[in-house]
Amino acid sequence: MLCESCKEREGTVTLTQVMGGAKREMHLCERCAAERGVEQTPTPSPQIGELLQKVQQQLSLVGAAGGESASGSSGAAPSRDQARCAFCSATLGDFRASGRLGCAHCYGAFESSLRELLRRVHGSSRHAGQRYDPPQPDDLQRRSTVVELRDRLRQAIESEQFELAADIRDRLRVLE
Amino acid sequence: MSLDLSLLPDGGVSWLDASGDHADIVLSTRIRLARNVEGFAFTGRARDGERLRVLAQVREAGRHVPSLSAGVLLRVDELPSSDRLLLHERHLVSKELAGLDAQHPVRSGAALYVGDDVGVMINEEDHLRLQSLRSGFAVPAAWGAVQRLDRELGARVPFAYHQEFGFLTACPTNVGTGMRASVLIHLPGLVLTKEMGKVLAGLQQMGLTYRGLYGEGSEVVGNFFQISNQTTLGKSEDELLAQLVDVVRKMIASEEEARRLLLKDAGYIIEDKVWRAYGTLRFARSLTFDEAMNFLSGVRLGVGLKLIPGLSVYTLNKLLIFSQLAHLAHLEGRALTESEASQARARYVRHALANETGSPE
Repeated sequence: MLCESCKEREGTVTLTQVMGGAKREMHLCERCAAERGVEQTPTPSPQIGELLQKVQQQLSLVGAAGGESASGSSGAAPSRDQARCAFCSATLGDFRASGRLGCAHCYGAFESSLRELLRRVHGSSRHAGQRYDPPQPDDLQRRSTVVELRDRLRQAIESEQFELAADIRDRLRVLE
Repeated sequence: MSLDLSLLPDGGVSWLDASGDHADIVLSTRIRLARNVEGFAFTGRARDGERLRVLAQVREAGRHVPSLSAGVLLRVDELPSSDRLLLHERHLVSKELAGLDAQHPVRSGAALYVGDDVGVMINEEDHLRLQSLRSGFAVPAAWGAVQRLDRELGARVPFAYHQEFGFLTACPTNVGTGMRASVLIHLPGLVLTKEMGKVLAGLQQMGLTYRGLYGEGSEVVGNFFQISNQTTLGKSEDELLAQLVDVVRKMIASEEEARRLLLKDAGYIIEDKVWRAYGTLRFARSLTFDEAMNFLSGVRLGVGLKLIPGLSVYTLNKLLIFSQLAHLAHLEGRALTESEASQARARYVRHALANETGSPE
């Protein structure tokens, strides 16, 4: 996405403005953002719980650790900051601005930074709870086929096509 | 399209019935699980179309899920703000889903599944927020219900999950188990004996935190505290729940001890406080929300101490919910100014208490 101001460089900074109750997002490059005096460290609102405050603190550490400038201010941004998630195009900078990641793939894209952050925030980065196996596409496919077949079976019976019904019933038996 | 609350099973407030354990001290138990659907950006970054596709997928899955079979799906994004506030006042939706936060207006695709004792917020901070809300201190029952819902939905909808980090969420503070278990507890004894500060300070060391009556960002009011786990990663769900249960048990015991102490050392002061609260609620002609909450706290203490006879905890729970702004406006059939609301509140409370004791208003 191009910077909305100069339309030359890539817009890596998202500026969110709330005016009169309406929210407006603007994408700017580092230079135009700096020209507008946009600070890249977020100010935590007083309503955020302690845990989120910890996250905000760790975010500024992540930025400083990844790059050259210790203060993490505008100018040459740490190279980590410009890495984009392949799925949703979000950057670590976006994360710092909103406190939220863009998608599940961001966890892979920013793995090492997030691992550090999770350790500091939760005391661990390893999930110790329930495991999960997503439904296989075959499972989902099979289930929708079963639903469809049942429907067709009902229709076949209603229209007295008993041979067809028997055939469908046999196919269902195999699946169920 | 206006909200017909009669469509919701028990109006969505079956948890008010005070049937749970320790229901006078612990108002309710809630457990929520944050989940996201694989293949879509998280809600905040998703485009309108993506959110609607998430909703469609969840809606389709919900039709085949036993836990939601008696459930009703509400399109929160199609409701006027007064109805959304109503849902929030019943603790069915967060401020964010209801679009009541100035920073977060209601998003397209925001929806709510309301079942008997479980529900699902759709397109809030995460795609899915599964929740179970129960009367009283009922952690095992609430956990069983939400876990069942989680398994049933997870078998039909692919959740975003990572071998190392667990269930993936928009905010890293929720990643891993994605679980926030909380208990809403009434602690006037500890507040009056000035022990509360110590109790709250000790919470963080035990991996717990507290908030006010309305969850994230809300102030403590009426001596009600929501105690919940703070971390969600690195421990199993059972471990996190055990920690919470342990602490809440101790709090209940401490609260009961504080109340015993108050009765012993300052019996007539407590009695006077409690009966003045009751008297005001019975006869006042105008009550602000804060006043109502504080007096209700006093009366609730009175009922717990068996000082005030003939008043049920159920009625007190109802008063807590129905004396709120959107509920009063709904009752009166129109929007209310602040002073109209204060008068309507006083009327409602007088009426409810008079009915309870069969006395004149």
